[in-house]
Amino acid sequence: MNSPLRYALFLGCTIPARSRNYELSARKVAEKLGIELIDMARFICCGFPVKSSDRQSALVLAAYNLALAQKEGLDVCALCSSCASSLTETAHHLAEDDKARSAVNERLAKAGVQLEGPVRVRHFARILYEEIGPERIRSHLTKDLSGLRIASHYGCHYLKPSEIYDHFDDVNQPKSLDTLVALTGAEPVQYQGKRRCCGGPVLPVDEQTALTVAGQKLDDITEAGANAIGLVCPFCAVMYDSNQKGIGTAFEKSYDLPVLYLPQILGLAMGFDRKELGLNLNVVKTKKLLAPYFEES
Amino acid sequence: MGTIEFEKTDRAFRKEILQQPEGKVFTACFACRTCSASCPIAAVSDRFDPAKIIRMIQYGLREEVLASDFLWLCSSCYTCQENCPQGVRITELMTLLKNMAVQAGHVPSGIRAQRDIVKQEGRIYPLDDFDNKKRKKIGLPELPTSCDMAQDLFSEERGA
Repeated sequence: MNSPLRYALFLGCTIPARSRNYELSARKVAEKLGIELIDMARFICCGFPVKSSDRQSALVLAAYNLALAQKEGLDVCALCSSCASSLTETAHHLAEDDKARSAVNERLAKAGVQLEGPVRVRHFARILYEEIGPERIRSHLTKDLSGLRIASHYGCHYLKPSEIYDHFDDVNQPKSLDTLVALTGAEPVQYQGKRRCCGGPVLPVDEQTALTVAGQKLDDITEAGANAIGLVCPFCAVMYDSNQKGIGTAFEKSYDLPVLYLPQILGLAMGFDRKELGLNLNVVKTKKLLAPYFEES
Repeated sequence: MGTIEFEKTDRAFRKEILQQPEGKVFTACFACRTCSASCPIAAVSDRFDPAKIIRMIQYGLREEVLASDFLWLCSSCYTCQENCPQGVRITELMTLLKNMAVQAGHVPSGIRAQRDIVKQEGRIYPLDDFDNKKRKKIGLPELPTSCDMAQDLFSEERGA
């Protein structure tokens, strides 16, 4: 029996407010796989949204969260890719740069914490892929999702900058998410423009440009014959799920691509129901596509 | 943009960039334009071009870069940085430029709003009791509705 995995769960800003489907399904899947996700009430924003206007404050915000986890003797598990990147970059930078860490600790002292060195940060999907592993996940799957053709969108901050993520997956030919999807019997669909950014960070600056970029991926995924998109980041979900209809309207197209978070896909194959997976919170309707997998046998 | 008048360019801009960790190796750029070719934003917009921005720094075009609206079109996707054959930390350079732009008083309203709300509330999407009710209803733990320490953590020097 493997020793239990324990992580401080970092929810960030978007998930508790806007992506409760991701949170619900991730908690269910984690529990099933023996990953203990410990809630940390005093976590605040990871700093990512503040980076472009005030990078010093962004660093301090990230460091604050890391210090809290460190105090409890815990590694950090992030569900959002932007959070994972802000926290991981900060952990690396401050572990290497004593002067920078000193400066940050001066600020952290005002909030009653200190950062004492490296803190290990992992994206939830990476934990599933590397620490649980495909075989152990497969042993918990009870439903066959053949018929689902899922195009996984890796996004940008799950894998890049590559040096802070130990090159755990290839930036140009990534396969971690496809590997996990394939375990369920669903077909992992390859498509042109797989590496393209969702455009999310540009949304508050220039909506038209952001939606154009997101629309390109919807086109590529449709052309490749997928019937669903797989995701690991709530910002990407804002673009592809929340804005799917808007993109269609803006560019006179019609998409019908349900957007599923990875734990919703795995959870479906584990036998969880619609409510447990938060499927009714998905914006693009999933009822029709997923009905065959919920039928009573 | 027309002719560049060299007497009006700002050589100190280039120096200032070189002194920052993110900017140290930008002079290694040999204008191969791999960054622009792989940029997802440049692919849909004529206004954004990472190679152009690097060139502008080399020419000392401080105001033209920092006061621009195109600088903010960078989505920080890291594609350019991952692909650069010369190891220029392009994405980090863009972040540095955006920070410098803000210090010079130029910031898109959407970006300023994000910073203000994080400073005020500690989150981009503040949670209230109604959110916690919704969370409780579906079996999720309640979360604090305020983050008092946020203001302590923010640097005071920022004007924007």
